[in-house]
Amino acid sequence: MRRPLIVAGAAALLVITSAAAQHTLGQNSISAVARSIALFQKAGKVFQSPRCLNCHPVGDRPTQLDRMVPHQPLVVRGIDGHGAPGLACDTCHHAANYDAAGVPGNPGWRLAPASMGWQGKSLGEICEQIKDPARNGGKDMAALLKHVSEDSLVGWAWGPGGKRPPAPGTQAEFGALMRAWAASGAHCPPDKRK
Amino acid sequence: MTVGVFTITVNGASRSIEADGDTPLLWVLRDNLGLTGTKFGCGIALCGACTVFVDGKPLRACSLPISALGAGKVTTIEGVSGPEADAVQGAWVSRDVPQCGYCQSGQVMSAIALLKEIKKPTDHDIDLALSGNLCRCATYIRIRAAIHDAARALGG
Repeated sequence: MRRPLIVAGAAALLVITSAAAQHTLGQNSISAVARSIALFQKAGKVFQSPRCLNCHPVGDRPTQLDRMVPHQPLVVRGIDGHGAPGLACDTCHHAANYDAAGVPGNPGWRLAPASMGWQGKSLGEICEQIKDPARNGGKDMAALLKHVSEDSLVGWAWGPGGKRPPAPGTQAEFGALMRAWAASGAHCPPDKRK
Repeated sequence: MTVGVFTITVNGASRSIEADGDTPLLWVLRDNLGLTGTKFGCGIALCGACTVFVDGKPLRACSLPISALGAGKVTTIEGVSGPEADAVQGAWVSRDVPQCGYCQSGQVMSAIALLKEIKKPTDHDIDLALSGNLCRCATYIRIRAAIHDAARALGG
């Protein structure tokens, strides 16, 4: 009699433990999603900085300044993001910021692809965009994390020169946030217009 | 930034100048080399009056410090040449494009740059390429017509 009792007890414990584990896992899943979204919302302060948004227009024309007014003079994306024939971005924007003329610069100065227009988009929409290789230039998550962490033009947002307020934090912190977001499942905020 | 000696190539000639490295290329051209065909308009890359070519591409000379020029070869309005330059010059004279003339060296450089890239530009192409070249006399209509003339002269 003693042996069946032990087996029954072990089985009951397994059921209880399993149920407890499922309950805990469920709570963790919910909090993991919330944490992932929270991480992206934190990173979103960078994505939605004027330093980033100005060159991520939804149309063909970039904006400028913190007020995000239309770029002066009129410039457009062109076929490759480097401007129109005869008026490429590097006609005025050179390899480095030049404060004497008030002109920002970086060797890679260009507009983001039209598929990566963020102006007027909710953070959820931006999140879905940047995860989508069809829209983000064919980047998988590893390539996306490398881009945000190491790309020099992305990094310009933290060294914009002149009186331009930089994007929040540092590129290293931004990269760490994005890696943590990816590791947490890369969940996006609910898709609501801001 | 400190004063240094910079050896630069302008209109095919090697020139050595002494300047603060933060000096705009524009002021090196005008003050150090006496090439005053390139004009100062705004100093913040908004008006296009200071347009020159560096390695054949248009560039606002007010927005590039001399220390960043490196080995880039500069061509100014005094030294620009070639079929596009000839066609634009002819069209400009024929259409009597300039009024006060102050912006015209920049307009001409941008027109040449456009015709090097697009042989038969549309009005839209011209508007986009020259949107950064302002003209207080509003000679835009004649500029556009002259560029079309130059394109035709080039066989475009």
